Amino acid sequence: MRTQRPSGWYAVPAYGFFALFAVLPMVLVVYLSFTSWQGLGTPVPNGTANWSRLIADGEAHAAVGRTVLLMVVSWLFQTPIALLIGVWAAGPQRSRAVLSSIFFLPLLLSTAAIALLWQALLDPNFGIAAGGTQFLGDPDIAIYTVVFVISWQYIPFHTLMYQGAARAIPASLYEAATIDGASRLGKFLHITLPQLRYTLVTSSVLMLVGSLTTFDTVLILTGGGPGTATRILPLHMYITGFSGFEMGYASTIAVVLVVLGTALSVAVMRWSGFRAMSSQQEGS
Amino acid sequence: MKSRPNWPAGLFALLWLVIVVGPLYYVVTASLRTRQDYLGSHPLEFPASPTLGNYVTVVEGGFGQYLVNNIIVTVATVAIVLLVGVPCAYAVVRGTGRFVQRGFTLLLMGLAIPAQATIIPVYLLITRMHLYDSLTAIILPTAAFALPVATLVLTNSLRDVPAELYEAQAIDGAGPFRVLVSLVLPLAKPAIMTVVVYTALNAWNGFLFPLVLTQSESSRVLTLGLWNFQGQFGTNVPALMAAVLLSVLPIFAVYLFARRFLLSGLTAGFGK
Repeated sequence: MRTQRPSGWYAVPAYGFFALFAVLPMVLVVYLSFTSWQGLGTPVPNGTANWSRLIADGEAHAAVGRTVLLMVVSWLFQTPIALLIGVWAAGPQRSRAVLSSIFFLPLLLSTAAIALLWQALLDPNFGIAAGGTQFLGDPDIAIYTVVFVISWQYIPFHTLMYQGAARAIPASLYEAATIDGASRLGKFLHITLPQLRYTLVTSSVLMLVGSLTTFDTVLILTGGGPGTATRILPLHMYITGFSGFEMGYASTIAVVLVVLGTALSVAVMRWSGFRAMSSQQEGS
Repeated sequence: MKSRPNWPAGLFALLWLVIVVGPLYYVVTASLRTRQDYLGSHPLEFPASPTLGNYVTVVEGGFGQYLVNNIIVTVATVAIVLLVGVPCAYAVVRGTGRFVQRGFTLLLMGLAIPAQATIIPVYLLITRMHLYDSLTAIILPTAAFALPVATLVLTNSLRDVPAELYEAQAIDGAGPFRVLVSLVLPLAKPAIMTVVVYTALNAWNGFLFPLVLTQSESSRVLTLGLWNFQGQFGTNVPALMAAVLLSVLPIFAVYLFARRFLLSGLTAGFGK
């Protein structure tokens, strides 16, 4: 008799493929962080030299600082806008449906296209602010410009998440509140926000990890400049590895990125999971 | 139920509309300008004498080659992901045994691996496999990093299939492969569409793997082509904007005709 269940072989190609190009690199990057390698030839083990160097590397520390700044400011800027527009777009009105289909347009552009577009738009000589503020040229402003461009690209994605979640809130909750005479603001604060808390957590994790690993926007928009004003950690890794050909040391920075990203996801999930559970109990 | 119009929210939405549409308007109008017009007039003014000349410049500048490369990379990536992802999801949902389930857990942990952090070892692997500077070099890691989300979406949809359907097929004497073809594939169609769109978008807009794993013009994809145009065209911003616009058109077409699939593909794995 033939077996009716698929054997493990059905999963082997996918697992093998994933192991080769994602799991093996994760192991290799740790190994490479203990080697000296110029990109050609064989990596030569050099003990903890890269790690001692990282501890003393002021530029790397500054890059971590910029990365944290970028993450925090991106989150603070994107979350309220995406939340408000998402909830607004979830309404049943025809005009809202039309406008939200326009709001999603930035999602269609590649990061490269978006970075080139904003670079042209903010050109110091021929852009919209020609002769005025140097949005990309002023070291004090450039990183905030980067945040704005990243937000322009990703707010539609998070809006889409909030819109979907807001549509799933049972209408009966709002009807009951209306009978109780709740104001619009009251309904938003006491029904919409609590109902969206899981979406808020998911969206925040994606946003924070996304900004931690942001790379292409900054590379094209500023190249890390002016000076090193926007040289965030992933860019520092890329420049160290592929412009400076110090692949071993760049791997050390990559390991730091992985550790930060994992810690961040786990921390947000733990913290918010705990909070969400306790608030649910209060509410029931 | 009737409700008052929400004026503050409406105003805020209009403001955001301007922020979204303004830059898009800029790309379209800039791409229609002559160079003199670009250098002489305000960036938001409508071009005095619109021209399609910039599009000619872009097409003559190698855009066609980049486009073909992009299509090859996208189609091949999607094909690989479906070819290995669908049987894998089938095995996860219907198979027994620890190997399959443990592997799936590992695959899901892959959701948290940032591609940026693996780029140096991937470069090492690709050069050792003598694939550097080929389209294959882009396709393989792009497909591998699309697999966790793709498999997750597919397993979620297959778990919704009632067990009786599988059992009925088994009673008819169908082996696992026939079940895969005649039951799993038709039932997973919406999920497969989502996976196709998600994977295709990632491959179409990918930047990091092409940047690090290719070099020459013959294996250059659109995103890198755009960046390269910036150097090639210098201050010819209208031509660059024409290239940007051309690179978006295929996805815009998908948005017009299959908006639902596009949006579900974009949020694959993260929506509820």
